[in-house]
Amino acid sequence: MANALDPHAAIVTTASGETDGTLTTADGKPLSRALARSQRRAKRRAFLLVLPLLAFILITFVVPIGQMLQRSFYNDGFSANMPQISQWFAENPRGTDPDEAAWTALANDLQVSAEARTIGVVGTRINYDVPGTRSLFTSTGRKVRRGIEPPYDQALLEMDEDWGSSTLWAAMRDASTPYTGNFYLASLDRTRADDGSIQQVEERQRVYVMLFMRTFWLSLLITGLTFLLGFPVAHLLATLPMRKSNLLMILVLLPFWTSLLVRTTSWMVLLQQQGVINDILVWLGVIGGSGRLQMIYNQTGTIIAMTHILLPFMILPLYSVMRTINPSYVRAARSLGATSWTAFRRIYFPQTLPGLGAGALLVFILAVGYYITPALVGGSSGQLISNMIAMHMTDTLNWSMAAALAALLLASVLILYWLYDRMVGIDNLKLG
Amino acid sequence: MAVPTYATPLERSWHYAYLVICGLIFFFLIAPIVVIIPLSFNAEPYFTFTDRMLEFDPEGYSMRWYDSLLTFGMLSPDAPRDASWWADAWANAKWVNAAKNSIIIGFFSTVLATVLGTLAALGLSRPEMPFRRAIMATLISPMIVPLIITATGMFFFYSNPCELLTLFGLDPQCGRLAGTYLGVVLAHATLGIPFVIITVTATLVGFDQSLNRAAASLGANPRTTFFRITMPLILPGVISGALFAFVTSFDEVVAVLFIAGPDQQTIPRQMWNGIREQISPAILAVATLLVIFSIALLTTVELLRRRSERIRGITPH
Repeated sequence: MANALDPHAAIVTTASGETDGTLTTADGKPLSRALARSQRRAKRRAFLLVLPLLAFILITFVVPIGQMLQRSFYNDGFSANMPQISQWFAENPRGTDPDEAAWTALANDLQVSAEARTIGVVGTRINYDVPGTRSLFTSTGRKVRRGIEPPYDQALLEMDEDWGSSTLWAAMRDASTPYTGNFYLASLDRTRADDGSIQQVEERQRVYVMLFMRTFWLSLLITGLTFLLGFPVAHLLATLPMRKSNLLMILVLLPFWTSLLVRTTSWMVLLQQQGVINDILVWLGVIGGSGRLQMIYNQTGTIIAMTHILLPFMILPLYSVMRTINPSYVRAARSLGATSWTAFRRIYFPQTLPGLGAGALLVFILAVGYYITPALVGGSSGQLISNMIAMHMTDTLNWSMAAALAALLLASVLILYWLYDRMVGIDNLKLG
Repeated sequence: MAVPTYATPLERSWHYAYLVICGLIFFFLIAPIVVIIPLSFNAEPYFTFTDRMLEFDPEGYSMRWYDSLLTFGMLSPDAPRDASWWADAWANAKWVNAAKNSIIIGFFSTVLATVLGTLAALGLSRPEMPFRRAIMATLISPMIVPLIITATGMFFFYSNPCELLTLFGLDPQCGRLAGTYLGVVLAHATLGIPFVIITVTATLVGFDQSLNRAAASLGANPRTTFFRITMPLILPGVISGALFAFVTSFDEVVAVLFIAGPDQQTIPRQMWNGIREQISPAILAVATLLVIFSIALLTTVELLRRRSERIRGITPH
């Protein structure tokens, strides 16, 4: 019955197959080799089952994100369309004043680029580093198309004296190679000075570091709030008899299953100035009719709504760990003279730490990347880094900047994800 | 849980305070969802309870916002409500079209996610699976990576899916995936897959592999074993995974905003537009319908979970 194709052939051994001391299978092959073979086959089969999905995820998810991230350090908008001046930058070190060759190269490139109608792309690329220069390129392009005579430096400076700006030349030098770290510098509120050194941008332009800090700080705060609210509830659910706790569990699972937009909308309804909560407070006489609280379209709105939305992600892992805690440990501590507080602090709480770690990491990871809720209820002070990425994608169309911010956000999320895998294990992720 | 007999009066009062605190937290969880239901019957275009509503005056309530879900976008909403009126609503009403799109996209992305996800979960639960941890982490990552990053990546990729091939020196031309149903289905399948993997592998943890061996030893080939033994046992897990995938698609708005065209208007996108432009109680009517929908889904998943535990012999403790 055992043949070479049977995966279980390895375990079918016969006494007669035993020659010169090594175990063999029924068909006379050494057992160890047959075993290795069948294990290889089992491995291959398991892998083949996963392969279609792995390929699917790689193509529709991993590659697109990689492609997007490439934009954060690769932008050939200038270098591809302005080859001659890029060449000049490559040949002359930083600090060289533009000579006649440089002006000639620049004028030729501008002419070619204006004819090919790529001057807008070129201008956009420089505009990322020196705001306001896109129009310089497009207007000069229009003039150059009508004709330009040497000496080119005078001709160009006559068209617009901004061509003499050293900041502009430094920016063109940076853009003359397609690979650039400037977008990462900009996401950290840094910029390159004319001499190539790195410095902070002007104080009123420093937004990104502040946004990253705010995103992490708010996520931390929300994680803390979900812990404070989730811990008692999870404890109650874990200690009640199954029948009762299953009923109460519905109150946790229903929000979990309800559409994110629905939950965000209800908070808009509740929190707005003419909304239900303000009405109740006025009716109770806590606040006057004119002193209605501003609880939405600011950070408060983001914090309240996100705490509510992420609370089930804290309760569920806590609950599943608390269910497994043996109550007799606490009883033993009490019988040995511990007060209820000591028994909780020294015996019960340490046993909940795995659930707490899992819940806290999950909530934090999800909070760091939140977009919808802050966009709808956050106003301007409640916006997170995701909203800035979306703004660069849809409004300013500075896709390289969006990609650099996304790369930094992604890196922090992946570190946390790795931590989660190490501490909790992805296998232990549970839903409802 | 009762207070133990040896509790001091202080502990006793703390226990009751604790129950009150838990009650308040449950209230915080559920109140925002419940409060929109009566408000969706408001006769006035306000988001708060009017005096007439608080007096339970029938005049204060109306179905006008539910009606507006049908009439919004219709060619002739004021015509008599005969067959042609309903045909008009079916063809032109914006919310009706959004619902149709959501269901179509949700259905196909669920099928794709469930088939691929279940197969992969079967492979991942085999002890022989190589690189199990790394592959699992990759397959779960669409749930972890911020949606805005996923959507941004898809935006570029779906505008020109063949750009990838230029790496191999080819210069092919092929159509866009952005702005097509296929594009949105693929994107939503990607986002739903982690949920299928998680629920199906959770079901397979308690799966007794000797059942498969028993079937094989009785002469069943692998296919028969799968369809007659494995499948019925893991089916509850597969269905709840599918429901999760469907809800993910049904509720997803960021990817739709980035890659869908004007034809792929879904319910969440319509809601998003409604909330951003000018919020009217019609949004609350939709929200109420969606809450009812999620109650139905939650009930189904709970029943499936209990059934799965019963047939796998895991008794709830």
